[in-house]
Order: sequence, then structure tokens, then C-alpha cells
Amino acid sequence: MITTNHYLVLAAIVFTIGVIGVLTRRNILIIFMSIELILNSVNINLVAFSYLLKNVVGQVFAIFVITVAAAEAAIGLGIIIALFRNKETIQADEIDLLKW
Amino acid sequence: MIDQIIFYTLAFIIVAMSLMVILARNAVRSALYLISALLGFAALYIRLQAELLAGVQILVYVGGIMVLFLFVIMLVSVRTMEHQARQTRQWKAAVVIALGVAAELIYLIVRGGSIFVTKQPPDALLTKSQNTQVVGEALYSTYLLPFEIASVLLLVAMIGAVVLAKKKI
Repeated sequence: MITTNHYLVLAAIVFTIGVIGVLTRRNILIIFMSIELILNSVNINLVAFSYLLKNVVGQVFAIFVITVAAAEAAIGLGIIIALFRNKETIQADEIDLLKW
Repeated sequence: MIDQIIFYTLAFIIVAMSLMVILARNAVRSALYLISALLGFAALYIRLQAELLAGVQILVYVGGIMVLFLFVIMLVSVRTMEHQARQTRQWKAAVVIALGVAAELIYLIVRGGSIFVTKQPPDALLTKSQNTQVVGEALYSTYLLPFEIASVLLLVAMIGAVVLAKKKI
């Protein structure tokens, strides 16, 4: 029997994978993809509870999360292009203009 | 039984593809693995009777966001990055801390799971033909203001992306 807990554990695992990706990779694009993984793991939680509680609000909020993810991807990729044009690199640890 | 087979297959696909996203050397491969993972998520939504969300997931994520990602990956030079180290210097500490957080999360979910109602989910959240209708009604009545704010957010993001990607600001 598949309970809500199964979905929550799956979401926690994917969330952790996303966090590890954000913290360890140097390539900004892969960091961005890891953020998408994190947002998706949150969506699983929302939809699982929506299914459990017979309530549609979880799905509505999942749609909002997808909207925010789309906006974030557009802005973030714009920033990456501007950064690559100026610094010729997309390695996260080589971009240290603001470091003292 | 068939439920379990479906769930564990999808969970395996999602976890394996997510792992490949952060382990792959090439960013293009990472993006393709992420597409597979997102399709797995969509299948999971269908299993949870959220058909509209599954469609939105495929259309917006796979059709929109990931194509954008692939465009940008092709724009910035991929070839020069492949010889350099993939990880930052603090990767060991980061993995240890993240695994600690994961252990806490899973411990809490498994041990504290009974505070959620963990009986088997009710059979029909919404009959299948009505899912889109119900979500749409909630979106256009109760959640009209957040919906409008989301559209403003998308407008701002669009203008921001255009301004950021312009040659001379």
C-alpha cells in the first residue's frame, strides 16, 4: 500500500539531491537545474497532500510554484548570459567580484 | 500490488535521473536527464489524479523551461568546461551536511508520519473528467488575486529577462 509517507520520503530524497547539487557543483547551469529539482520535490508534497485531503488547493499552489519556477528560470538564464558576456565564465567559484 | 510496482518504478526513475543530473559531466546531458526526471514527476501526478498538473508540467517544464536551458547551454561554451573540476572545494562538507538534513527529514516523516492521516488515500479526489474544471474554478474564484499577481510576476520576469540579455543596458 502506497501511503502519503512514501511520497513525502521520495520528495525528501529528491530535495536532498537538489541541495547537494546546489552546494557541490561549480557550473551555474547545473546549480539552476538542481533548483528546479528542489521546486519539483515541493510540488510532489503539495499534490500528495491534495490527494490525501481531497482538497484541490494543493494543485493550485503547485501551479503557482511552476509559474514562479518559469519566471526564475527566465531571469536566471538572463543573468547567466549577461555574466558570460562580461566574465567569460559560468563557474560559480570564479565569479567573485563582490568578494572582499 | 500494481500500485506499488508503478510507484516504485517511477520513484526509481526520478531518483536515478535526479542523481545523474548532479553527477553528469556534461551540462547538456544534465539537462536531458532532468527532462527524464520531470517526465517521471508528471507520471506521478497522473497517479495522484492531478491530470491538469501533469499536462502543465510537461508543457511548461519540458516544453518551455528545459528548451530555454538547452538554448543557454548551447550559447555559453560547453567545451571549455569539461576539463575543469566539477565540484567546488567544499563538496565533502556539503554532502555530509545535506545527508544529515536528509536523515533528519526522513526520520521525522517516518516517525512522525502518524500525525498526518496516513490511511490509504481516498479513492477519488475528483472524478477524472473534472480535475481541470475543479482546478480552474478554484483558480478563477478563490485564488483570483494570486493568479493575477502571478501574471504580473511573469510580466516582470519577461521584461527583466529582456533587459538583462540586452547587449548594452
